Formats: sequence, structure tokens, C-alpha cells
Amino acid sequence: MPMTITEKILAKSAGKKSVTPGENVWLNVDVLMTHDVCGPPTVQIWKREFGEKAEIWDKNKLVIFPDHYIFTKNTHANRNVSILREFADQYNLPNYYDVGTDRYKGVCHIALAEEAYNIPGTVLFGTDSHTCTSGAFGMFSTGVGNTDAAFILGTGKIWEKVPESMKFTFNGKLPPYLTAKDLILHILGDITTDGATYRAMEFDGEAVYALPMEERMTLTNMAIEAGGMSGIIAADEVTEAFLKQRTTKSYEIFRSDADAKYFSTYTYNVEKLEPTVAKPHSPDNRDIVRNVQGTKLTKCYIGSCTGGKMFDFMQAAKILINNKVKVPTFVVPASTDIAAQLEVETYKGISLKQILQDAGCVIAQSSCAACLGGPADTIGRAVDKDVVISTTNRNFPGRMGSKQSEVYLASPLTVAASAVTGVITDPRDFI
Amino acid sequence: MDKKISGFAYVLGNNIDTDQIIPAEHLVYSMSDEEESKKYGQFALSSVPKKEAGLPHGGIPFVDEGKNTSLYNIIIAGANFGCGSSREHAPYAINKAGCNVVIAESYARIFYRNAVDGGFLVPYECEQKLNDKIHTGDKLEIDFERNLLIDLSDHREFKLKPLGDVLPIIEAGGLFEYARKTGMIKTV
Repeated sequence: MPMTITEKILAKSAGKKSVTPGENVWLNVDVLMTHDVCGPPTVQIWKREFGEKAEIWDKNKLVIFPDHYIFTKNTHANRNVSILREFADQYNLPNYYDVGTDRYKGVCHIALAEEAYNIPGTVLFGTDSHTCTSGAFGMFSTGVGNTDAAFILGTGKIWEKVPESMKFTFNGKLPPYLTAKDLILHILGDITTDGATYRAMEFDGEAVYALPMEERMTLTNMAIEAGGMSGIIAADEVTEAFLKQRTTKSYEIFRSDADAKYFSTYTYNVEKLEPTVAKPHSPDNRDIVRNVQGTKLTKCYIGSCTGGKMFDFMQAAKILINNKVKVPTFVVPASTDIAAQLEVETYKGISLKQILQDAGCVIAQSSCAACLGGPADTIGRAVDKDVVISTTNRNFPGRMGSKQSEVYLASPLTVAASAVTGVITDPRDFI
Repeated sequence: MDKKISGFAYVLGNNIDTDQIIPAEHLVYSMSDEEESKKYGQFALSSVPKKEAGLPHGGIPFVDEGKNTSLYNIIIAGANFGCGSSREHAPYAINKAGCNVVIAESYARIFYRNAVDGGFLVPYECEQKLNDKIHTGDKLEIDFERNLLIDLSDHREFKLKPLGDVLPIIEAGGLFEYARKTGMIKTV
């Protein structure tokens, strides 16, 4: 029977020869990931349900990255990190990345890639909706809540409905003024925020396979914004080169059969697309930058699992070099590795950190920070009637803090160009 | 699971995301401490824009200022209810506010799973759009055996989609209870 990559991976995980969309299966989980917001209630449910002598199904498969509310004086938020620390101590967990130590990583989805937990052909669940990011490595990954995570923590298993797949093929050569963010925002405008609900979004085509891993992760990251269960890109030599630098783990590469069945297919020529934004207050409220250029801004933000990777800062630096920002602009490297790399990587002989600082950006410590608002003292948080342009993933009412604020989502190129002018600006004005 | 429940409607639009259901800044409270967890009820649906809070007129908070529970125990919503983040705090907050049933045109996957697996809400889907037919404050009855919503003010009846595959989990009261019943995990 012909199958999609997602069906093949789920069949393997369920111990079956084949699976069919709509079928409920019990999966064997390869990695469970959690963080400071959902980890503590997950542990509490696990103890309540399995008792004080509860056992973790496999300590090596549990990964905990505190990342959400880290650099805050909020005592409740700090308590959550303490709960994780005590849990890691008590059970002697090998994969806990504690705040305030050299092991601290930052945003979980980026750290999963850096620390080589993303392995082609495997199944990863995480207590975060953007867990779909890991699908860029040709694996099945999706977000779950605390109860499901607690169930996995005790059993290593979870039920899932096999999703139908939607295929998005990008042909052509990506122009220098576009990034993966423009592509996914374009898709969102076409299929809306529930266009992929309960489905897998499979990305394909020469323009996708020409992208570095970081950009592929931007595509799969925002599958959830269309309601997708997962986003996936089959592994290729780019994936293998990324893995080779980080791990000796063996893996199996799956690809969709040529005659696999899809719920729907979409084909785009990237050379015909334009720099794109999502206007307030929904990621599917798509427009081209040209139509909203001149919109006055009060804040710019470059960060998060979606838009806080090295590639994103390199794009921003290309525009920010020898320029000054006109509005407060916050730069939040997604991980501590990226923060360190900003000092090493250069553009035109100047380190990216220097370029960002010289332009007047505020560089913050690695965490989820203001992408999701967070506690009142979170750096870069939207206040009052802020009008923000951001490389992050969501702009629902109140997402970045203030309920009165307005958030535009865009590529790092568009955000950097807008930071320099103080109004929404097409990056082609600078490139 | 009771055979029937009755109560008052709270009506919402499309795409009510998890940040509107429980804003991220409130995710820091303990979900196991009885007193502290009441805050989730207090802030349930607190970030829904004013004009869309309690349709058709809007401007009606789900939970009154200073209270921890709602006067409304049945939510009627549009499409894609619970989209956004994976926070289980979302269905939990609605439950803590005293509401156990949502009837929406459709749900985001993670919210739906959390509602069912956590045993917090019965997530019914309606067969026809209801959020333009029912007003906030209408007295409603739900007949779980017949999958029927009855507006007690004028006795209109609306069909609800059967709960399907997840009914055994809902009837058991959540994923863990279901797994114990079926012998998947041992009783503590």
C-alpha cells in the first residue's frame, strides 16, 4: 500500500506494517520533551496517577529545557524552574538543562536540534504546540498537553489519530528578499488557521530542499498556526550533514511513495511570491508588505523558535549594517549557542553582535521572552497600544502582552528593514 | 457522566485561541494547590476582546471581576476553538470556572485532546452553526444520550455530532481512568 512519510513513520512507531488516515493507533514514543510552563503540572499529574513510587519509562528519552519564563522576578515562574530542578535531582535525569548553569540552552525547539534529539524516522512528543518544528528532520513530532505527557512519562506510549497529509511544493529559486517565513505566511493566507487541523503538512520541492535546516525549521514550526498536527520535510544530504556534526546515532530515512494519497496538494513558484506579513490579529491575516508599508511602528522584535536562529540574525544584519534603528528593537537569540555564535559569525568582516549593537538593538538573553508576552517584567513585551513587527509566530489578541497592542508577523528581512525606517518597509528597499 | 445537564449559555465567535482562554502571564500558578488553582477560574476567557465577549452584544465577562467561577456553564462557540498553544491550562481554566461543556463548530487538535484526556470538558461539535442562534444567557439543556441541545427558552432543538472514538475516554473521565479500565495501566 502506498504511504506518505508520516504514515510510514507512524506505522513503524505503532509496530504495524501500514496505517491509514483516521485510524487511532498507540505509538511508542522516542523522545518526550517538556519545559518550565508545562513540566511541573506534567510531573504532578504523573505522581498523582502512578503514585509516589512512579517510575519514568526511560530517563534517557526524557528531555527538559526550561525556556519560557526564565529572566523574571516573578516568584511563581521561578518556583516552576525550582520544581523542575528538584525533579531532575530526585530522579537523576541525564537530559535536564538547568537555568544558571553552562548547560542552559534556551528555546526548546532549537535546543532539540542543537543537542541532536531530532533524529529522522523517530517520534517526538512535547508539551508545546511548536514541537512540530522537529519535523524538519524527517520525523513525526507534535505537541500535547500535560495529561498526555504524564501518560507518556509513565508508559512511553500515547494514542494518536493517523493524520491525512497535505502536500506543499515550492518550485523555483528563492529570491534574496524572501525567507521561509514568507513562504509559510503565504500558505497560512491560503489555508487559514484551521486549514490543516488534524493533518500533517508535508513540504517538498526544489526551493524547500535548497533551504538550510534552520529555514526548514521555520516552515515546520508554523504548521501549528494552520492547526496542523505536524509539519514534515524528508531528510536529505543537508539533514545528514547537520546530524553528522552533532551525533553518531543511527537512523532511518523515510520518504513518501510517489503514489501516496494526499488530502490536498498545493504548488507554488517561489520566484512569484512577495515579502509577506500577517496583519493583526491572526497568523492567517496575510498581506504583502507593499500593501501595509508605511504603517507606523513602536517596537520591533527578532527572536523565538520561529525567527531567532543564526540564519534570521544573518538576514537582519545584512540590512542593519551601517544603519540605526528608529524604534526600540529587541533581539533575542533563541539559544545560548546562537548567542555565542553571534560573536563569531561575521558579515562584511564585522561580527553579527557588533552589527546589531551598532544599529542600536537591545540584545536580550536566550529564552522564549516576549513571543508569548510572559510575566510583566519580560523584556520586549508589548505594552499599551504598541504596534509591533515581529519574527515570531502568533499575533492573536494579547499574544505578546498588552491586549491593546497590534502585532504584525514578518520575515527577519522585513523586520530589520522596518526597524531602520520606523514604519513597515519592504526589504527590497534595502537589497 | 450525567445523562443531562442544564445551565446558561456563553456565546463566542471563531478562532478563540488559548491566549484568549488563559493569557500566558497566568500560566505560573499551581494546578495542584487547591486555593491557588482557583486563579485559573478567575482568569478564564479573560483575554477575549470586549466586543466579542458574550455574543451577540459583547461586553459580558465570562467570570465577573473578583469571582473565581462563571455564571455560565455551557460555551457555544464558532470554528477552531482552542487554537494556538498546547497549554492544558486552557480547558482546565474553563473547567475551574465551573463550565464542563463546550459546543463549537470545530476544535484545534491539542485543545480537543486536552479537554478529553484531562477529563475537563465534553467537546461537542454542532451540526449547524449555533453561535448566531443562541444568545449569551439563554437557558439550555444538553441531552447526552440523544446528542441534543435544547434551548429551554423556546424549546428549539439542535443536533450535536456524536462524540465518536473519544466517547469511552470521556465516559471514563479522562485518559488515565480509561487506561485503568482497559487494563493498560495498573491501579495505584
